[in-house]
Amino acid sequence: MKSVAMRAASVFTHPAPPHDFLALFNPLSSARQLRGVVTAVRPETAQSTTIAFRPGNGWSPHDAGQWARIGVEIDGVRQWRSYSLSAPAGSDPEITVTACGKVSAHLAHQTRVGDIFFLAPPQGDFVLPTGPRPLLMLTAGSGITPVMSMIRTLVPKRPDADVVLIHSARDRESTLFEGELAELSEQYDGLHVIHRFTSEDGRIDFSDAADLDALCPDWRSRKTYVCGPSEMLDAAEALWTGANLPDTLTVERFATATYAEVDGATGGTVTFEKSDREVEADGTTPLLEVGEEAGVLMPSGCRMGICRTCLTPLLSGQVRDLRTGEINATEGDLIQTCISAAAGNCHLDV
Amino acid sequence: MTLTTEETTTTDVRVALPPTVKRTGVLPTSGAPLERPTAAAHLSDEQVHQLGAELDAIRDEVLAARGADDAAYIRNMIRLARTLDVGGRIALAFSKTRLGWAIGTGSLALGKVLENMEIGHNVLHGQWDWMRDPDIHSTTWEWDFVAPARGWQHTHNDIHHTWTNVLGKDRDVGYNILRVSDEQPWKPRDVFNPVVNFFLAPTFEWGIASYDLEWDMVKAGVKSKEEFNSDLNALKQKAIRQVLKDYIATPAAGLLAGNSFKRGLAGTVAANMIRNVWSHAVIFCGHFPDGVDVFTEEMIDGETRGDWYIRQMLGSANLSGPKVFHILTGNLSHQIEHHCFPDLPSNRYIEVAPRLREVCERYGLPYVTGPLHTQLFQTWRKICQLALPDENKAETLKETFLPKWMRRKTAVATA
Repeated sequence: MKSVAMRAASVFTHPAPPHDFLALFNPLSSARQLRGVVTAVRPETAQSTTIAFRPGNGWSPHDAGQWARIGVEIDGVRQWRSYSLSAPAGSDPEITVTACGKVSAHLAHQTRVGDIFFLAPPQGDFVLPTGPRPLLMLTAGSGITPVMSMIRTLVPKRPDADVVLIHSARDRESTLFEGELAELSEQYDGLHVIHRFTSEDGRIDFSDAADLDALCPDWRSRKTYVCGPSEMLDAAEALWTGANLPDTLTVERFATATYAEVDGATGGTVTFEKSDREVEADGTTPLLEVGEEAGVLMPSGCRMGICRTCLTPLLSGQVRDLRTGEINATEGDLIQTCISAAAGNCHLDV
Repeated sequence: MTLTTEETTTTDVRVALPPTVKRTGVLPTSGAPLERPTAAAHLSDEQVHQLGAELDAIRDEVLAARGADDAAYIRNMIRLARTLDVGGRIALAFSKTRLGWAIGTGSLALGKVLENMEIGHNVLHGQWDWMRDPDIHSTTWEWDFVAPARGWQHTHNDIHHTWTNVLGKDRDVGYNILRVSDEQPWKPRDVFNPVVNFFLAPTFEWGIASYDLEWDMVKAGVKSKEEFNSDLNALKQKAIRQVLKDYIATPAAGLLAGNSFKRGLAGTVAANMIRNVWSHAVIFCGHFPDGVDVFTEEMIDGETRGDWYIRQMLGSANLSGPKVFHILTGNLSHQIEHHCFPDLPSNRYIEVAPRLREVCERYGLPYVTGPLHTQLFQTWRKICQLALPDENKAETLKETFLPKWMRRKTAVATA
């Protein structure tokens, strides 16, 4: 019925889709781009803010622990970043943003109720296990956001839940969700929360099992989720591998470690064929950013080499994978522009 | 030798295309063209280079200043155009009075003018690509105009803006059907110049659609039959939808309210004609009034960045008027600024114009501008004058058009 009406309406709105005209009344209406409207803004700490939004048609409900791409406009230019959803599964999405860069600072400090977000549906495999298991959550800083969604989803609903959360933050003032976690752990026996303030007690040392044995003696028998800075993730991975338990560890990375030796690598002229743009690029800037800077509509996703939304055919020339330093010169190959830089002149089919 | 060539052409099924010369965006900053246009002949290479640097600096300044206000400007403009369009159609279909018809038609015409000129033309130039909004982007935008956006982008952005007013290169010089410069040799068909232009104005969108197919390029063997057919197909599909919308569906919607089909049809035909006549007038005033130069290929051989700017300035003409007039022309009233900086957001031309004019004065270059009626009059006068041969008008016309026996008779008479 709705699609028949839309098709009829498109006769009158051609060449624009009817959605473009509906957008005159409904800011969430768009044929090309999923949108959401901000419904609440709650400050968490001095640098962190939780933003709730209501997505338009095309959004799929998130699983606890998943992330979504959020686009906002800063000085008229659309900027995309990925954020973990901190709201429990089954409710309207929320993100908790800590100001640390241009986009996150804008989100944390400038967002108002009624603002429009541009969205991509949630994704990610950092999700709860399918069966009941004792869990250990190791988080640091804003790495707690996906885990918060898991705790909010699991703990109040499952009497058999057994979750230990060890969260590191610089100090009490910068600790996210402290009050809510205290309430939850008081109310439910299934949640045990340990705060680690690194300015007082230092960071947890993952180089051997001593720290962890002290904090959570039965860590080896727990399914563990870890989310935080890459050094912490690398160290945790090493520890679990050393303990011969790599399968019980699930890691969520927020940033990609880039290949160290690319500094000083030479770039070249990048030609965006369909968009008819030509720009000089250095050997360290991802082609995604080079294109966006030049006003090319680049497909993009996680911006860290995971989701492959940004795949673009390489028509000719060569590019370097910023994670490995590897050179790719295969014509027609689909390259991930978010982690590839020019290694000489190259032509992209976009 | 000739034989061999013929042999190969008959056996080879593929059409051999001559290499198309594509200029890169980067022109040299030093050097000089083989010949400078007369109006710029007094400038030294150093001065031309300096002028180029000054204009580059103006461009960079505006690029850096783009921001949220500009984004709001284009979004509001799009909202306004769509509101006028939908409001106009509703008024046409459901109003019962003559006034209602006039309001509906006017609103639809105004919506179409804004949609084509201030929005469509400029979005398709990539003026708003910097926003990274897929809804307002040169690669996704399609306009309420018969000519499909992609084909138009090719003939307009690639050809016309690169080769502005270069005879033999810029096909926009007279759009292949008019004689607009005395540098174009007179042909017998040019006597129809005023008539052709008179009929081109109200049907402008169809004229442009046909022009973008590049029939002449196919004939010259530069454009392949396949490309032509695919463009023709795109045009057919677009045209069917445009005709369905404006000349069938909108008038038919009026039947629901008990209005006649003819009433709605008259409204949509009038709205499209108003838009066509208006855009034709504005566009012709951009390159054909008095004082606008055309160029030879010698002048672009070795052209530097500064020379390119000079060519854009000498080859374009502005229209003067209040701000609302500029918006209605899609800021093509700032044709000079648009040609120098085709990808700057159109709402910024108004602040660039006085600076460019100052540069022109300082370097002793003409800056052609005037009110619409003056420029339009000059354009029409030129098109009428150029209908006739430049010299021996009467003789040449007789030679060409009179049947042989009459020609002989007149020859005797004059003898």
